[in-house]
Amino acid sequence: MTNTLTMDKPDVRNRLDAMAQGIIGAPLDRPEGPLKVVGTATYASEWQLPDMAYGVFARATVPAGKVASIDREAVLAMPGVLAIHDDPRMLVNPAQGGAGKKPLQDIREIHYFGQTVALVVAETFEQATAAAKALKVEYAAPDDASVFDPESSAATVEHGPDTQRVQTGDLDKAMADAAFSVDVTYTTAGHASAAMEPHASIASWQGDQLTLRGSLQMLNYNVAELADSLAVGQSQVRILSPYVGGGFGSKLGVGEDSVAAAIASRELGRPVRVDMSRQQVFETVMRRSETRQRLRLAARADGVLTGIGHECLVSNLPGEQYAEPVTQATEFLYGGENRMLSVDVARIVRLCAGSVRAPGEAVGMQALESAMDELAEKVGIDPVELRKRNIPAIDPSQGTPYSSNTLAKCLDAGAARFGWDQRQTQTCATREGEWWIGMGVASAARVHKLVEASARVTLASDGTVKVETDMTDIGTGTYAVLGQIAGEMLGTPIEKVSVCLGDSALPAGPGSGGSWGAASSGSAVFLACEQIRQALAKKFQGDEEALSLKDGIARLGEASAMVVDLVAGKPIVGEGTIKPGETSKATRQASYGAFFAEVAVNAYTGETRVRRMTGAFGIGRVLNEKTATSQCYGGMTWSIGSALTEELAFDLRDGHLVNHDLAEYHVPVNLDVPALEVVFVEERDPHASPIQAKGVGELGICGGAGAIANAIYNACGVRVRDFPMTLDKIIGGLPD
Amino acid sequence: MPALVINGTLRSFDCDERTSLLDLLRNHAGLTGTKKGCDHGQCGACTVIVEGRRINSCLSLAVMHDGDEVTTIEGLGTATDLSPLQRAFVSHDAYQCGYCTPGQICSATAMIEEARMGWPSAVTDDVETSPELSDNEIRERMSGNLCRCAAYPNIVAAIRETAA
Amino acid sequence: MKAFTYARAGSTADAVAADAMKIAGGTNLLDLMKLEVEVPRRLVDINRLPLAAIEPAGGGLRIGAVVRNSDLAADIRVRRDYAVLSKALLAGASGQLRNKATTGGNLCQRTRCGYFTDTAMPCNKREPGSGCQAIGGFNRIHAILGASDACIATYPGDMAVAMSALDAVVEIEGTAGSRSVAVRDFHRLPGNTPERDNVLEADDLITAVTLPAPVPGRHAYRKVRDRSSYAFALVSIAAVVEMDAGRIASASLAFGGLAHKPWHDPAIAEILIGKAPSKALFDKAADVLLAGAQGQGANDFKIPLARRTLHAVLAELTGETA
Repeated sequence: MTNTLTMDKPDVRNRLDAMAQGIIGAPLDRPEGPLKVVGTATYASEWQLPDMAYGVFARATVPAGKVASIDREAVLAMPGVLAIHDDPRMLVNPAQGGAGKKPLQDIREIHYFGQTVALVVAETFEQATAAAKALKVEYAAPDDASVFDPESSAATVEHGPDTQRVQTGDLDKAMADAAFSVDVTYTTAGHASAAMEPHASIASWQGDQLTLRGSLQMLNYNVAELADSLAVGQSQVRILSPYVGGGFGSKLGVGEDSVAAAIASRELGRPVRVDMSRQQVFETVMRRSETRQRLRLAARADGVLTGIGHECLVSNLPGEQYAEPVTQATEFLYGGENRMLSVDVARIVRLCAGSVRAPGEAVGMQALESAMDELAEKVGIDPVELRKRNIPAIDPSQGTPYSSNTLAKCLDAGAARFGWDQRQTQTCATREGEWWIGMGVASAARVHKLVEASARVTLASDGTVKVETDMTDIGTGTYAVLGQIAGEMLGTPIEKVSVCLGDSALPAGPGSGGSWGAASSGSAVFLACEQIRQALAKKFQGDEEALSLKDGIARLGEASAMVVDLVAGKPIVGEGTIKPGETSKATRQASYGAFFAEVAVNAYTGETRVRRMTGAFGIGRVLNEKTATSQCYGGMTWSIGSALTEELAFDLRDGHLVNHDLAEYHVPVNLDVPALEVVFVEERDPHASPIQAKGVGELGICGGAGAIANAIYNACGVRVRDFPMTLDKIIGGLPD
Repeated sequence: MPALVINGTLRSFDCDERTSLLDLLRNHAGLTGTKKGCDHGQCGACTVIVEGRRINSCLSLAVMHDGDEVTTIEGLGTATDLSPLQRAFVSHDAYQCGYCTPGQICSATAMIEEARMGWPSAVTDDVETSPELSDNEIRERMSGNLCRCAAYPNIVAAIRETAA
Repeated sequence: MKAFTYARAGSTADAVAADAMKIAGGTNLLDLMKLEVEVPRRLVDINRLPLAAIEPAGGGLRIGAVVRNSDLAADIRVRRDYAVLSKALLAGASGQLRNKATTGGNLCQRTRCGYFTDTAMPCNKREPGSGCQAIGGFNRIHAILGASDACIATYPGDMAVAMSALDAVVEIEGTAGSRSVAVRDFHRLPGNTPERDNVLEADDLITAVTLPAPVPGRHAYRKVRDRSSYAFALVSIAAVVEMDAGRIASASLAFGGLAHKPWHDPAIAEILIGKAPSKALFDKAADVLLAGAQGQGANDFKIPLARRTLHAVLAELTGETA
């Protein structure tokens, strides 16, 4: 029987703190690290299967219409070519995260420029690549003119999901009555996930059973999506993703490569490997929508907000439900009784918009936090103080209490560590050679979500522990933290704990997305371990909560025994399932933080360099200090990219992505990233999960670019309201 | 039919003229430690050491390396016998997803030698001098290896410790 | 990539006679072959030709065509006497790419225009007569000087910009014998034939680049780009300036990122030489540089950026920052 907990009430026991092993939270090395540094961790397209054929996609070179004809004969005659697939089950887009069903299908209809139109399979990668490029496709023109620019008056604009709409009080009146107000419009560019491992799949069939080796984040959902796409039963599909070379949202849903590989493999009767090129990943996997955000802040003379407006325009393909949830954190971060939050969607022809690391907050927070800086200047108070004055007692949109809110602590801790008191309040106050120096602050916030998750833990007769779940580790540290939870709960040294992930045959996890992975799957492991502890306690005929386990020795009251003797040759299996419950409705749950950045802006060229950055974060229980810190480094670096370099550049005449490679889409390089400092604010959130942990993976990007924008303003007096803040947006305003 | 000395062993291959050194390693030699991130010299994930020099194996044809000595990540250490830099990457958490990691390590291994030879970099104030391998020098010299997880601070720390 | 035959050249004469595209480092050619922007039917590999030496010649240095960018940048004579060249090389690409890229190949580096590299787009450079889609498109990285209605692409390299400032000479071996062309005349403006990046004929082989005797002065290579490393120049300036008694005694400047070729205009030096440095003087030099500048929309900012960068470089080299 599975130990199932529905999170209906807070768990204030802090059980992990009461355990004896002493490894929870410790900065342990990742257990899979040695495999990664010697190159033997096996990623999707690296499995060596016998008789494998190679598939490469051909792309649409028009933005709309239909495929009228494909010149198959010429390409089938090319050396090594085995087949050309344009099966209507093949995908136009990846599934959206958590969809659990097939996404848009039928590649014979063109939805955007660069979409896949066929898969060409050949004996070798070189042959398939040349053949896919040689495939001549004729198109029938669409009936209607397409719109490529979200700002075009021809674009149809629809309201986003009602759940994203907040309207209380009278914001217009609040603005009119305000002692100080800000009414500004910010824009942010589209982003690509640009995970280092391009999307790839190897499909192989044994009879009616498909094994898909893929690079995917959420196997439980991906099995459903793949089966639905192929019109086969879920029991016929097994997915393996033990190592995923980065995801950041782009591998949440099953994509074009997985479905095409499965179709091709079935027809050819041999394994088929499909690798997407970097350009195809850019052109056909999800983008983060560009945004336009009108921010209205109404404040009293003391800076306390009376109103807050955050009205946004994002874009997506016609018919797609996903809308970048830009206002997600604005709902609950700051007070103000008059509120107006909305997200509208312009329907345009560009590749599908979907989840990219921290959907919503990643771009919403940087605009909100820049506007807050503008307000602080008007009110004439320190920007840290302005934020602290506006932390509400309860969630101002839902009226619910916070499960825990560390924002004030993070602002204080970060300010102290960073040396915020050294900031000059006047702009253009510090010059070093050619460079203007400035400092900026921003709050961080990201919703916390608990997602149903299961795990199995086995205490073997030799005292070793095995953790099993279909959860993935996309670089987030899952292997490390799940092992630490099990080792802590069962008193097992970490060397004796193994963690098996990324196999859909294992108990269903929550998948890696939305920062819910560690808290959700960690809770499932915790519950499975509780079950094992109960079995062990039973041997003493005692209470599980009184059982102490450390280094393979069990103690209960006066009695003690070796765990292996208690197991007595019969492995003990525990199964745990966590489900979200009432606490997620009764309380507002989020991770909070604060960013402090120091930048240098070149007085001649407008180039900006981040000189140092400090982030203070409240993420509930820290499960592994080392991997959690790394997650924050990653998020803060994404903040630098979002602030300064990253921008999807679309041609407004046909919607095609011009900078579809890593030379021209500028993710930050090593030299762009200075010394980063991460401070964790001690927190246990009893409402969030029975392990009192919350999300960490995305928090570091939720607002950081605002701190950089504010630092640029502080340095040189140029307020850029269009991200990324490339030098062309700065030089015009620089002082002589 | 190029023959290459890969990690100390001479091996010959029957492959297409078009086969890149990277695809030869991954698809023909079974050495998938070398990663394909962009296939165009824009990310550094495919970095290997050829004749003592770090290069992007994606932008080189296998046939051009007939007779060359190639060291891949698999040749630098094994899981039970890590090189000092590999060990430092583990202890400093100088990776997350691990996909760029072999390229980072091959690149850094050769980069440390470049610095020992006194090569300047774009952040060296006076190119006539041979600079110390400061953090900023490491950052610039490692900027040809993208890490989207952004383990950069830890990568710099691992290299700093190993190069010292 | 389309199929091709591959051979190693046994000699320079072989390479010239091979009726084949030359491949050296391959860092740009293979990139473009994978995109099928370049579709050679035959490749001749010149990597093992004896063209890898850096030797004294005529008071300067003769750099073999297959000398790697990294070796050239690290050469102590280059670092001492031609620092602008070392700096330019080090500002380009990455350590890995510089270990492969060669002197001759780098001169032949093709544009990064996103319409040129995408075979689904019309492009006069790739497919003469098909049109220029960069005009009216996303042209942030494109030319503000010397462009034509047929092409607004830029030459993307750094090394050649420094070589232009140094007035280096390219040695070429062709079917009709050897000849020399100044780097300043090697690259072309697009005009109506943007398919030709430079003056090379089909069978020509670059064998060396010769640097003249070193000139006194301070050297700078300033590269302004969208990230701090591993990115192409938006604007770059190679400059060698000598001061004498508070006046500019000599100056040589070349500009990258602005045109289809490294931009060199002797009138800029003429304005500067013999004068005391000042912001007003730098502005006059910038006026000369930018007299014919024309933005394309997304790259309009390059006009003020080039001016400001020129101020920065001249301020640095003359010490005039007031």
